[in-house]
Amino acid sequence: MGLVIKNGRLIDPANGVDGRKDLYIDDNGFVIGVGKAPPGFKAKKTIDARGNIVCPGLVDLRARLREPGLEYKATIESEVHAAVAAGITTLCCPPDTYPVIDTPAMAQMIQSRAWRFELAFIHPLGALTQGLEGKRLTDMEALDEAGCVGFTNALAPITDTLVMRRAMEYAATLDLTVFLHAEDPWLRDGGCVHEGEIGTRLGLPGIPEAAETVGVARDLALIEQTGCRAHFCNLSSGRAVAMIAEAKRQGLPVSADVTAHHLHLTEHDIGDFNTQCHVHPPLRGNRDRKELRKALKSGVISAICSDHQPHEPDAKLAPFAQSGPGISALETLLPLTLRLVDDKLLTLPEAIALLTNKPAEIIGVDTGQLGVGATADVCIFDPEARWVLMENSLISRGHNTPFLGQEFRGRVTHTLIGGKLVFEL
Amino acid sequence: MTQNLQFDDAGRLRHLLTIEGLSRRSILEILDTAESFISVGQREIKKIPLLRGKTVVNLFFESSTRTRTTFEIAAKRLSADVINLNVSASSTSKGETLLDTIRNLEAMHTDLFVVRHAESGAAHMIARHVPSHVHIINAGDGRHAHPTQGLLDAFTIRRHKGAFGKLKVAIVGDILHSRVARSQIQALKALGVAELRVVAPKTLLPTAVEKLGVHPYTRMEEGLDGVDVVMMLRLQRERMQGALIPSEQEYFNLYGLTPAKLALAAKDAIVMHPGPMNRGLEIDSAVADGPQSVILPQVTYGIAVRMAVMALIMGGSAEPAGGRR
Repeated sequence: MGLVIKNGRLIDPANGVDGRKDLYIDDNGFVIGVGKAPPGFKAKKTIDARGNIVCPGLVDLRARLREPGLEYKATIESEVHAAVAAGITTLCCPPDTYPVIDTPAMAQMIQSRAWRFELAFIHPLGALTQGLEGKRLTDMEALDEAGCVGFTNALAPITDTLVMRRAMEYAATLDLTVFLHAEDPWLRDGGCVHEGEIGTRLGLPGIPEAAETVGVARDLALIEQTGCRAHFCNLSSGRAVAMIAEAKRQGLPVSADVTAHHLHLTEHDIGDFNTQCHVHPPLRGNRDRKELRKALKSGVISAICSDHQPHEPDAKLAPFAQSGPGISALETLLPLTLRLVDDKLLTLPEAIALLTNKPAEIIGVDTGQLGVGATADVCIFDPEARWVLMENSLISRGHNTPFLGQEFRGRVTHTLIGGKLVFEL
Repeated sequence: MTQNLQFDDAGRLRHLLTIEGLSRRSILEILDTAESFISVGQREIKKIPLLRGKTVVNLFFESSTRTRTTFEIAAKRLSADVINLNVSASSTSKGETLLDTIRNLEAMHTDLFVVRHAESGAAHMIARHVPSHVHIINAGDGRHAHPTQGLLDAFTIRRHKGAFGKLKVAIVGDILHSRVARSQIQALKALGVAELRVVAPKTLLPTAVEKLGVHPYTRMEEGLDGVDVVMMLRLQRERMQGALIPSEQEYFNLYGLTPAKLALAAKDAIVMHPGPMNRGLEIDSAVADGPQSVILPQVTYGIAVRMAVMALIMGGSAEPAGGRR
């Protein structure tokens, strides 16, 4: 009976664990011992993690699987395989699928499709308004019952401020978390890059920093008024970070995340119209990247997500503004986060916390930690393994990433879901 | 990256996508070659056999009369076979992607595409995906670049004002949306003008415009003071709708080039415009038709400059086969 992961360095930030400890897992897939075997434990199977890090399976707050509706880009099946190969065991799927996740049936369908593969867990985010149209509220209670861990209008703006206020009030009534992509749609005005040096040089329509700060300011005012618990997705500018920091100081119930690529790339990486760097919100300046990184250290930003958006090749073979925005990013989430450790910005436990227990806390699930009794969703990685990201080694169906050909340090060797080995390098 | 894409392994110009990345020497080579082609247009038989047997496709995804015509004349004077294709943007969005369009035409053994497209970066995208024997000239992509216009403007300035090193130049108008302005700025920076200014209301100046190496001005009185060259830009009438400027009258009052405003520039300053002009909006007829205007010579030079670019890209030599006359 049971499984033991031996000889690894166990890092479980939620429980303050960092050390050479074996992890004991029972046949039902729960952690039953940390450091020492529970009485009578006999291992049927052993994973030797010598030299490796053992940590909770990663929790990704935002990954688009493209199913239903855009299966020519990717499918739940293709993307959950990519997720577990990247150590990700839990991911949140935004509601901007076709059809939109605005009914319990849609929420359940996505989860049941994912369960067929018994790989990563998918938690849907429910639509905040019906059809993401920004007009009528969804049945949030029913969607919550159906497994939605948060509510968002994704990238579709709610331009009517009164609708936003009521959505927040209603979510607060049911004690639900609202996920916000704060952006003023008029200031965005068809922009596709940061309004700055590179946009000016390339003649690409820009999205000013103020599009984000005006959006954040509006939403913060409504949060203050309604008491709604809110999570700001995908901060891109230093000034927005400062606004969230101030809101937190005032005690507002807010949190924020950032994508791994915004911590590494800037507008300069667009070079000569590199459509692989077409993302939304746009990559901004050096100062913004620096402030986003500092916000990880200070705790203003408490999660790093992939914002995975796989595309078919043609989506990026178009003039920049017409190319599909987004990066196929599941498989670079951990390696890009580990680069922050190499850059001496974060300690390894801090980096892991931003990918595990902290995002889990935002969506209110008890994964992302490996205390006794926890579900054994585990990621084991070799922190020293050097590898190069090649197009033919990507498991995601989307090969759209600006990191092709780059060398990374740190590679997932095993992934377990509920104690079951679902990936082995 | 720009340089790699525009030049072949031997460092020869393979495509002309943007002036950014071209050295002063490369630009001067183009201007000198153009100089040698000026005479072709003045001959009885306006043709030289440099590109005989080559196929040039003018692929215009955005309508244009002047630019397309001058490219067509330039190619014909070099004896190339020219096909004009006006592909409306909507027909491509209905199905065929931009790359499919290109690949189909490529299958017809086209040697050179002259491409105009409403999206910035379209010419770069195409150049990245054509085989090495196919050449691309960017005839304007979105707000990004219009390199042959920038070159013909530099040619015009050299013809009328001589050396660049002492010149003060002002570019006036809708800098924000102008590919012409970006190419003019890059050409004139590379050629080393003494001072380069842009003049526009803040709504028509791009963010961080000074990073392009220019001095921004918002008032004509200051911006035109003492300049040797005034380069006007065309103002699209639809800019009025986007709350960028209040009215044509107010724009003309503040930024229209009138004889009174031109008097602020140096006495022998020249006035340029890429056309088509909006008389009474960005420029007063008295200036457009006045003695300081070189607007029509610009068009004439445009043919020689485009011949030079085609000859250099496809022939690989600065010397036209017919020799200088």
